[in-house]
Amino acid sequence: MYTFSNKLRLGSFIAMGLGFIFLVIGFMSAPSTVEEAKAMVAVHDDGHGGGHAEEAAESHGEEQGHGAAEAHGEEHDSSHDEHLLQQLQNRPWSALYVAAFFFFMIALGVLAFYAIQRAAQAGWSPLLFRVMEGITAYLVPGGIIVFVILLLSALHMNHMFVWMDPEVVAHDELLQGKAGYLNPTFFLIRAAIFLGGWIFYRQYSRKLSLAQDESDDNSNFVKNFRWSAGFLVFYLVTESMMSWDWIMSVDPHWFSTLFGWYVFASMFVSGITVIAMVTVYLKSKGYLEQVNDSHIHDLAKFMFGISIFWTYLWFSQFMLIWYADIPEEVTYYVARFQDYKLPFFGMLALNFVFPLLVLMNSDYKRINWFVIMTGIVVLFGHYLDIFNMIMPATVGDQWFIGLPEIGGILFFGGLFVYWVFTALTKAPLQPKRNPFIEESRHFHY
Amino acid sequence: MASKVIQALYNDDDVLMHAVKKVRAEHHHIEEVYTPFPVHGLDKAMGLADTRIAITSFLYGCLGLTVAIVMMNFIMIEDWPQDIGGKPSFSYLENMPAFVPIMFELTVFFAAHLMVITFYLRSRMWPFKKAENPDKRTTDDHFLMEIGLHDNENELADLLWETGAVEVKVTEKES
Repeated sequence: MYTFSNKLRLGSFIAMGLGFIFLVIGFMSAPSTVEEAKAMVAVHDDGHGGGHAEEAAESHGEEQGHGAAEAHGEEHDSSHDEHLLQQLQNRPWSALYVAAFFFFMIALGVLAFYAIQRAAQAGWSPLLFRVMEGITAYLVPGGIIVFVILLLSALHMNHMFVWMDPEVVAHDELLQGKAGYLNPTFFLIRAAIFLGGWIFYRQYSRKLSLAQDESDDNSNFVKNFRWSAGFLVFYLVTESMMSWDWIMSVDPHWFSTLFGWYVFASMFVSGITVIAMVTVYLKSKGYLEQVNDSHIHDLAKFMFGISIFWTYLWFSQFMLIWYADIPEEVTYYVARFQDYKLPFFGMLALNFVFPLLVLMNSDYKRINWFVIMTGIVVLFGHYLDIFNMIMPATVGDQWFIGLPEIGGILFFGGLFVYWVFTALTKAPLQPKRNPFIEESRHFHY
Repeated sequence: MASKVIQALYNDDDVLMHAVKKVRAEHHHIEEVYTPFPVHGLDKAMGLADTRIAITSFLYGCLGLTVAIVMMNFIMIEDWPQDIGGKPSFSYLENMPAFVPIMFELTVFFAAHLMVITFYLRSRMWPFKKAENPDKRTTDDHFLMEIGLHDNENELADLLWETGAVEVKVTEKES
C-alpha cells in the first residue's frame, strides 16, 4: 500500500494556496468599467518598454484591433472599448478555464488509454493499472469544476462563450442558425451527459478492477473488458462533441472537422506522459518494484508516437485551411499568427521538435529521470496548446502568462497531485488477480 | 581454410534461448545461430554488439528531408514558379506548408529503402548469392547453433545434448 508522503501533500497544499491567491488577485484586478480597462491597457503599454514596445504598438493599433475583433467572429455592435473591457474581464476566467480543462483532460486521456489497455487485453500494462486508476480519480473533481465553470458562463458571469449572450445572437445570423445546437440549456445537458458517462465508466471499472483482486474467477475481468470496449465507442463520439462544445465554440463562427481528434491527441499524449511521470515517481520511492525499465520504455514510445500523431493532426488542420484560404476559416490562424507568435510557434517546438529529437533514441526512453524531464516539457507544451485554443477567442491580443495563468496551473496542479496520490493510497499498487499480471511482470523489450 | 564446427539443432525458440545462455555461461564462443524467424532477444543473449542501423536510418532520413527541400525549391520556386490557388510560388518559406507532405514522404522513403539496402549489404546478401545456412531445415522449423571446435568435441556435444538439442553433428566448414 502506498502512503502519501507528507512532503508531497504539503507541496500540493502550498501550490493550491498560492494558486488560489494568484487567481483571486487576477479576478480582483480585472477592470469593471470601460475607463479602467482603457487605463490598464495604457499602463500595460508603458510597462513594456524595449523589445515589447514595437509589438505592443502594432497589435494595439486601431486597425489591428478591429481586425482581431472581426477575426473572433464577434460582430456585435458594441464599441471597441467595450470589447476591450470584455477581453480583460475574460482573462482571469480564461486562465481558470484553461488550467481546469488541462488537468481534467489529463485524467480523461488516461481514462481512454486505460480503456484501450482493457479492451485490447494488453499483457504489458496491468502492473500500471492502479497508477492509471489513481490518475483517473481526478475525473470526478476535475469534471465537476469544469462543469461549474461552464454553468457560470451560461449564467453570464463571463463572456468566454459569446454565443451564450442573447444580445450577440440577436445580431448574428450565423449564430441564430446554430442556436438549435449552440444554446446554453442543450450545452449544459450535453456536458452533463458526457461527464456522467465518463465518470460512471471510471467508477464502475475501478470497482470491477478491485473486485477482481478478491474474486476466484475472471468474471470481473471479462466484465471490465466488455465495459471498456463499450466505453471507447461512447468516448469516441462524446470526446469529439465535447471538444466542439467546450473549446471550438469559443470561436462560434469557425469550425474544423478534425478538431475532436486534435484535442484527443493532446489529451492522450498528456495523459500518457503523466502515467509515465507518476510511475517513475512511485518507483523512485520504492513502490512498484515489479515495474521495470521496459514498461517506462513503452510509455516513452507512446509519448514519442502520440507527439508525432498530434503534429500530424495539427498540421492536417492547418494545411487545409492555409491552402484553401477561405476568409471565415483562416481568421482562426490569422489571430494566432498576429498576436500569439510566441506561444503558437513555441508550442510547435515543444510538442513536436523537442520530443522528436529527444525521444528518438531508444536508450534515452529507458532513463527514468530523462523521461520525467521530457514529460515536464511535453506537459507545458500541451498546456500552451490549450492556451492557444481558448485565449485568442476570449482575450484576443490582451493575453499574457501572468498571475492568473500561473495561479490556475498551480491551483489545479496542486489539486490534481493531491487527489491522484490520495486515490493511489486507497488500494494496493499491484493488482493481485489480473490474469495478465504474470505477463506484465515478465515484460521485457 | 576449413575449420571444424559443431552444429546443434533445436526445434523450439525458447529451448534455443536457454541453450544459448547456457553455452555462453560455459564460455564457449557461438559463431552463428540460424533461425527460421527473428527470435526476440537472441542478439542480447548471444552478446552481439548493438545494431547501428538506427543511426544510418536517421542519417538517411536527414538526407531524404534535404533532397525534398532542395527538389521542391528547384521545381516550384526557382525553375518554374507556379501560382496555385492564389499562392504564387516566389518564396520558399511562404509556400513551405504545401511542401511538408513531400518532405515527410521523402524522409520516410529514404530512411526505409536505404536502411533495407544497407541491411542487406551489411548482412552480405545480394541476388543469386548462395545460401549460407548449413541446414535447409533452418528455413522451416528448426534452429541451428554453430560453435567452433578446439579439440573439445565430446565435452561440447554432451553440453549441447544437455541443453535440449534434437541433433548434434560435427562438420568441416569452408570459410
